Amino acid sequence: MSGEKNKVRLAVFKLTSCSGCQQQIIDLGDQLLALLDRIEIAYFLEASSDAKPGPYDVALVEGSVSTPHEEELVKKIRENSRIVVSVGSCATYGGIQALRNWMDFEEVKKAVYEKPELIEALEKSRPVSDFIDVDYAIGGCPANKLQLLSVLKQVLIGRRVYQRGEGLCQECKRKGNVCVVVAKGQPCLGPITREGCGALCPSYGRGCYGCFGPMVDPQPGALARRFEDLGLSREEAALRIRSITSWSEPVRRFLEKYER
Amino acid sequence: MSGEKSFEIKVDQLARVEGEGGVWVKVRDGRIDYVEVNIFEPPRFFEAFLKGRIYLEAPDLTARICGICPLAYVMAASRAMEKILGIEASEESNKLRKIAFYGEWIESHVLHFAFLHAPDFLGKHSIFEIAEEHPQFLRDAIAVRDWGNRAIEIVGGRPVHPVGFRVGGLHRIIKRRELDPLLKNFDEIEKMGRRLLEFVLSLPIPEVSYDMAFMSLKGEREYPILEGVVSNNLGEEFPEDDFEKHVIVEQKRYSNALHYRLRSGKPYITGPLARFNLNYGLLAPEVKSVLEESGFKPPLKNTYQSIIARAAETYHAILEIGRLIGEYREPDKAYEEAEVRAGEAAAIVEAPRGMLYHRYRIDGDGRILYANIVPPTAQNYAAMEEDILKVGDLILRKPREEAQKLVETTIRNYDPCISCSVHMIRLRIIEE
Ligand code: SF4
Repeated sequence: MSGEKNKVRLAVFKLTSCSGCQQQIIDLGDQLLALLDRIEIAYFLEASSDAKPGPYDVALVEGSVSTPHEEELVKKIRENSRIVVSVGSCATYGGIQALRNWMDFEEVKKAVYEKPELIEALEKSRPVSDFIDVDYAIGGCPANKLQLLSVLKQVLIGRRVYQRGEGLCQECKRKGNVCVVVAKGQPCLGPITREGCGALCPSYGRGCYGCFGPMVDPQPGALARRFEDLGLSREEAALRIRSITSWSEPVRRFLEKYER
Repeated sequence: MSGEKSFEIKVDQLARVEGEGGVWVKVRDGRIDYVEVNIFEPPRFFEAFLKGRIYLEAPDLTARICGICPLAYVMAASRAMEKILGIEASEESNKLRKIAFYGEWIESHVLHFAFLHAPDFLGKHSIFEIAEEHPQFLRDAIAVRDWGNRAIEIVGGRPVHPVGFRVGGLHRIIKRRELDPLLKNFDEIEKMGRRLLEFVLSLPIPEVSYDMAFMSLKGEREYPILEGVVSNNLGEEFPEDDFEKHVIVEQKRYSNALHYRLRSGKPYITGPLARFNLNYGLLAPEVKSVLEESGFKPPLKNTYQSIIARAAETYHAILEIGRLIGEYREPDKAYEEAEVRAGEAAAIVEAPRGMLYHRYRIDGDGRILYANIVPPTAQNYAAMEEDILKVGDLILRKPREEAQKLVETTIRNYDPCISCSVHMIRLRIIEE
């Protein structure tokens, strides 16, 4: 641990994203302030204009890699930081903007820009881990701030971070929710999605749209069959599964086969 | 800046704004002759991938354009879809929408005026430096902001990208007693809201005054947030569906965001300053009395004073949430059902940063055929550039480092949310 008074030097970087995950960091409010005697916020452009150079102990990275500039930037972040954490579903899975990865990029650009050649963007929006080694990944759109805090605290005491990869259905059952698939026949991504949000959507009586990304060893094929049983066409089932974290590896691999 | 006649001010990474942007000011022969607000936030192509998605997904998908004001996107998308389907959310649903949406104003405004903007006026880097002398200011800001977030969370499940809202209303009925936690410390929060406004009124804010065009929704009986007619200070008034007829849009070579102007070519300002000036009479009496006790008289005359509008709207939002909770009666259904039908419609809501416009066309199966989204910050870029030209003298009279700070402050007056403004839209290119 280098820097000011033996504090852990923290940096927060933003790539292609909505700033919502940085918002979660800011929303930690008092809990973050309480850590300020242990952490030095060395780089966090959204919160402070006092940007200090690296090296950093911990880099929190929000956002996916979607431009040549960001490709360079993540490499520099890696060189400059002891621990790199991808925060949120953009950084961890490529994000909602990876929905364009399923389309013809020239068409996408043309649909939006009159002069697509002026746009500097990579063909695909990809997770940070496609470019550099990432020490810890926290999914979620947005990432859950308590998960974030727990990772920060574990890093602070120098412990290896323990992360659960349990499915959302377990969390949902523990909460005592009525299952929306069973009770309402609604498509829900809970059976393949990682816990961590508090099973929010089912608590509101609606299906999960998978914003936390896949659980460990998900079975999207079985879920798609279940959706077909509910009366969805193959195309509709695929559309539901191709949601905010569609570019996560297991979901992507499944959809590539299923849609063919 | 005596002695130097020609130079450039370049701010490569704007700090304390939402997203990434820079500014470039060129001074020639002692006058500012070129200003560029440069946006290098990458495009995310929302309008492209929305095509083919189901109409019900529009609120949750477009929420991801902005993590600071996701509810504005949820509300605009929901209202546009409701218009297409010919339904209206119930009065009680609208109360809940407003409680949460005002919560978002509070969350966003306090983040901006206390954390990001106030440091500028006191020559500090961050609110933590302000707190060394004024610890109460930081405490109030955190508490009020948390309370605003709590309002969103209670109604919508979580403050960033809430899940409780849908086309037609909400996903489930919110019990009256679920709102109680917001009332528990209401008096204290109200006091803090007032104190924050008083603190902002005591800041040394640059005194300049010039001609500006404003545009915002206009409320009938209430300060506008969810709906209203579009109005401006040039005497125009028109329905939200006509918005695109009243503005022109251009793509700059140097920026990933679009620039909007009035048909006449004049830049305009949307956001708190515009809302405040066009709807001053509709602010809660408590807010007006704090303002007027400090000797303030409307209208606000320059964009540095936008910080006053934000603090005033924050206090107003607290009071409104209190009133709406008092009036809320549990409805017997959470949302209006609708038959899917093809159609096209637009809706404008007042995001914390100003008018947010959504237009959609859907087919008979409820699939989105076309989407156009105009966020407030994109509408403000032209005004930002003009603003820097207008306060040029002020900038030029200062030493270099201060001048640079002033340029940054001028941009921050607009609370630019660069993340949303770059999400991308169909456009016309102007070669320079
Ligand atoms: S993961 Fe979601 S909340 Fe986080 S930055 Fe990306 S879009 Fe925003």
